[in-house]
Amino acid sequence: MTLEKQKLEKLPANAFEVVGSRQAEQDKLADKSVSFWKEVFYRFIQNKLAVFGFVLLTIIIGMAIVVPEVSQYKYSDQLGVYNQPPSADHWFGTDDLGRDIFVRIWAGARISLFIGITAAFIDLIIGVLWGSIAGLAGGRTDNIMMRLADVLTAVPYLLVVIILIVVMEPGLVPMIIALCITGWINMARIVRGEVLSIKNQEYVLAARTLGAGTGHLIVKHLIPNALGAILVTMTLTIPAAIFTESFLSYLGLGVPAPMASWGTMASEGNKALMSYPWRLFFPALFISMTIFAFNAVGDGLRDALDPKLRK
Amino acid sequence: MERKKILEVKGLKQYFGTASNPIKAVDDISFYVYEGETLGLVGESGCGKSTTGRSIIRLYDVTDGEILFNGENIASIKARKDLKKFNKDMQMIFQDPYASLNPRMTASEIIGEAFDIHGMYKDKKERREKVAELLEAVGLSRLHASRYAHEFSGGQRQRIGIARALSLDPSFIIADEPISALDVSIQAQVVNLLKQLQRERNLTYLFIAHDLSMVKYISDRIAVMYRGRIVELGPADEIYNEPKHPYTKSLLSAVPQPDPLSERKRQRIPYTHEEVDGDVIRKETSPGHFVFGTAQQLQNWGI
Repeated sequence: MTLEKQKLEKLPANAFEVVGSRQAEQDKLADKSVSFWKEVFYRFIQNKLAVFGFVLLTIIIGMAIVVPEVSQYKYSDQLGVYNQPPSADHWFGTDDLGRDIFVRIWAGARISLFIGITAAFIDLIIGVLWGSIAGLAGGRTDNIMMRLADVLTAVPYLLVVIILIVVMEPGLVPMIIALCITGWINMARIVRGEVLSIKNQEYVLAARTLGAGTGHLIVKHLIPNALGAILVTMTLTIPAAIFTESFLSYLGLGVPAPMASWGTMASEGNKALMSYPWRLFFPALFISMTIFAFNAVGDGLRDALDPKLRK
Repeated sequence: MERKKILEVKGLKQYFGTASNPIKAVDDISFYVYEGETLGLVGESGCGKSTTGRSIIRLYDVTDGEILFNGENIASIKARKDLKKFNKDMQMIFQDPYASLNPRMTASEIIGEAFDIHGMYKDKKERREKVAELLEAVGLSRLHASRYAHEFSGGQRQRIGIARALSLDPSFIIADEPISALDVSIQAQVVNLLKQLQRERNLTYLFIAHDLSMVKYISDRIAVMYRGRIVELGPADEIYNEPKHPYTKSLLSAVPQPDPLSERKRQRIPYTHEEVDGDVIRKETSPGHFVFGTAQQLQNWGI
């Protein structure tokens, strides 16, 4: 200790050099900006399960687009070979009418995914509008709007859907309507909550003191900050819609033959479960995988967007 | 010569809750601010300081009273178009530098937000130059323009908040506890920046705070608030050295002293709440130094 002190004392004054302020240099060195969404992306790809779900989803969507186009069979072709087990010719086997299950799976994927994604989008539009109006207006308007939504959720869902489909003839459109009747409420609630908390943030007050109108507030402040929650809710709405579609199809309320959705295929396969199990196994497998993939992506997104996890 | 009053508040009331059971956040306060000065507004948490500031800038619809800004009663303006004009002249600096910047926007978007709202500087280059100028005016580098709020420290964020408030070239700024969320070394920087900007741009401040030593440093005059009312108002030195109202005395006795010897001798003066019954009168004890209380109270306090 004393030795070091002596050393220090011996240091002549001219051993020091005035370098001045390096403020400008420091600013430059640090000048690599990471935007919010880039950071979200980095955090998302660190979540292995979510990335796996995303890859799985890409494959499923890619196959659904490609396979029915390039396959030698059509999903409605009756090939005269009934209830074949999986083989080199028919990878997933054939059903009781001699249709190739592999092609039907991917044709069904189109229908199931289409229904799921469309329903989620309609939910998104109605839910975001309803929720943001209720949240922004507040007071009595908010109360009336949210009680209306409550009343709608209180009506037994299955009953409404069955009545609707019986009245409207089974098909794609009634199926989507049935899914959207109550599906948007969840989204509306989440958006309302987000809007309620964001609209009292100081940066929104600051924008108001600058003279910002409602339109400006919605576009610049509310939507960008609620986007995370909206996105997550949507990725979780799609699998729910696919699942509901399958389940309604299973009850015989799905798309009419010869169109196939995973739900109708599972429903038909169920009858032959004891003798030809692959007819149920494949649609069930793909329903599960898709729902799993969407959920994994949704969970990953939620974690990536959570500001509490920020460094 | 009479100094020009840039802001005059007359009988401002701001009630929340239902009409039958109102919460009186601000209860009938009157004061004025001279052009070019700093009026400090102090008081304990929840006494209505911030509400006063927010009512003046019309974030709330005032319950009652007049707010004369450059002679125009802004409390009665309803149309947003007319409010916009006054937004250019009066701005606000917010308390929490973390909550007051939108995390999805870059510094240049935050500072330039007002330009979008008011349709100014449509030319991109001109706009970039103006933003850079504002950044440099608050002691940041123009290289910071493309960064997001979370990439800044608390002090830097508050500087961005100040730059945003300056973007429309206002003449009057309400600073709502702009330093209370910052650590002490940064507080001094920010307060000095505010003082420097005041000199350069001839700004008038309404400086809301609860840190008395800081308020004394920046303010020309101080108003002390207690439970939604102003209890004492006067020149900063007089309030600090010769407080008249018992609440002010109590508040000042709570300020820690840097000198360890006098700090050891410092005695807290407790204040017991007195219900106000009867008309509150304003008594001028010396020029420009007012004490508020009922006739009985003033007599009791020996004024």
